[in-house]
Amino acid sequence: MIIEKLTKKYDGKTVVDDVSFEIPKGKVISLIGPNGAGKSTVMGILSRLIARDCGSVEFEGTDISKWKSKELAKRLAILTQTNNIQMKLTVRELVSFGRFPYSGGRITKEEEKIIDQAIAYMELQEFEDRFIDELSGGQRQRAYIAMVIAQDTEYVLLDEPTNNLDIYHATNMMKIVRRLCNELGKTVILVLHEINYAAFYSDYICAFVDGKIAKFGTVKEVMTKETLSMIYHVDFEIKEIEGKPLSIYY
Amino acid sequence: MNIKKHYSTIILAGVLAVLSVCSLFVGVLDIKLSDLAGGDVQQWEIFFISRLPRLLAILCTGIGMSVAGLIMQQLCMNKFVSPTTGATISSAQFGILLALLYMPSSTLWGRAIFAFAAAILGTWIFVWFIQRVQFKDVVMVPLVGIMFGNVIGGITNYLAYKYEMTQALSSWLVGHFSLVLRGRYEIVYLVAPLVVLAFVFANHFNIVGMGKDFSRNLGVPYNVVLFMGLSIAAMITASIVVVVGSISYIGLIVPNLVAMFKGDKIRGTLIDTALFGAIFVLVCDMIGRIVIAPYELPIELIIGILGSIVFIGLLLYRLKNGRKAVSIGKRNTDAAKVTGGTAK
Repeated sequence: MIIEKLTKKYDGKTVVDDVSFEIPKGKVISLIGPNGAGKSTVMGILSRLIARDCGSVEFEGTDISKWKSKELAKRLAILTQTNNIQMKLTVRELVSFGRFPYSGGRITKEEEKIIDQAIAYMELQEFEDRFIDELSGGQRQRAYIAMVIAQDTEYVLLDEPTNNLDIYHATNMMKIVRRLCNELGKTVILVLHEINYAAFYSDYICAFVDGKIAKFGTVKEVMTKETLSMIYHVDFEIKEIEGKPLSIYY
Repeated sequence: MNIKKHYSTIILAGVLAVLSVCSLFVGVLDIKLSDLAGGDVQQWEIFFISRLPRLLAILCTGIGMSVAGLIMQQLCMNKFVSPTTGATISSAQFGILLALLYMPSSTLWGRAIFAFAAAILGTWIFVWFIQRVQFKDVVMVPLVGIMFGNVIGGITNYLAYKYEMTQALSSWLVGHFSLVLRGRYEIVYLVAPLVVLAFVFANHFNIVGMGKDFSRNLGVPYNVVLFMGLSIAAMITASIVVVVGSISYIGLIVPNLVAMFKGDKIRGTLIDTALFGAIFVLVCDMIGRIVIAPYELPIELIIGILGSIVFIGLLLYRLKNGRKAVSIGKRNTDAAKVTGGTAK
């Protein structure tokens, strides 16, 4: 996926400004940065949820806007925070929606198998007949991830997947992200606020400030005292734990 | 397991069949099974000209209004939206008035086309508006719909008054089945193919009901499905309003009641919703025919009374239990234990 000279304006205010980078395949890439830095907007443009003003997003050789919606849905999945959780759907029904781009709603035996696997992978078997609005936040998030797994795409985009989750569930979510990449070979792109999660669980970090890329590189390259201080305007210390640079800020 | 899933459907279908037969033998003139069997020509005539059309119209009304309500609630992501609270019925009535005004000699079909166009347009405007102005409170949406419906109703009444059409229009304002006779109700059959269409696109409607981003992620064209679904709901409503008149509440309470037991997956609830809607209208119609026999009360009156009682019950249940499903069997009792009081 190659992003070139992406620009987006809202009411004359530039939110994304001349952003270019290339997403390495089969890795976990975190987009970080202060509020309003444009990371969620970039994510939205990558996943064709938001229209861009300028620039190009090339996905497997073709511009993302030229892809057929249904074909793209088989290769790229996005999970945002704005899903309707009022709906009384069971976990299984939700996960079956992941097969929609393939089957158009007609669930065959084979599809059934894929859905079973996705539910098992997220360890949701005991909840599969429960309604999603009766689940806890962590369980619900896992149900949505199971749907994305059933959707069976190479690319998975997650917009703040740890939002509103406690430390236990957020850490589990990040472990799941790592497994999606390591075990299922997916490219995972996420927007994160917790820089230490980004540091510990991703391969690359893309840091945004004021709609521009401040730094894009491997975790070690981005997680330095100087870079982080420049991005967030607070003091940082970097400590190494299990070979990964983690930050302390104050 | 599979049969158990369909228990409710089988029971509802059975009840509906029994009630339908009963309904055929309720009326001013006594029709006896023995006479019919004996080949009494006059009795057969009543049967085919009045009783059977009436029953079929009732079934179509019940099925149609509840399915239209179900679709609208899903697409608007709001449990209080229905043909009544979404300005669809009042728009259809406005369409009928326009037909009466500008094409006084129009047939039933002519009026129906006017009603279709007006109902679709009115519903679109309403939904376009609530999408533009994102309301934080879910109750605001039906309130806006009721206001919008009343504005259209006001215009309708004004025009009817000005052109002395009030009397002609009154038949479409209060729903009743007493004028349903062979030859002047067949438009209501349109409900059947439209409901089938709704069933075919059930999954699309569900996905659109999950939100714009959710549907785009799955490659479902949000706006196309949204407006197509609304058009189907509006056409169902209009074809009923043209024949029977305004029937409120069903589109609101029937889908809500069924969803309490069976959830929101349309494929799983559509048939039950349709059957239950038909039973509800059928029962209300029989009450209306029996209470002051040999005269009859308009169905709208009975439905209004029963409907509002059920609706208040529904609201009270919600206040007490939140959106929790009504328990049937083991699975749900377990669920209830774990989730406890998630009431809002």
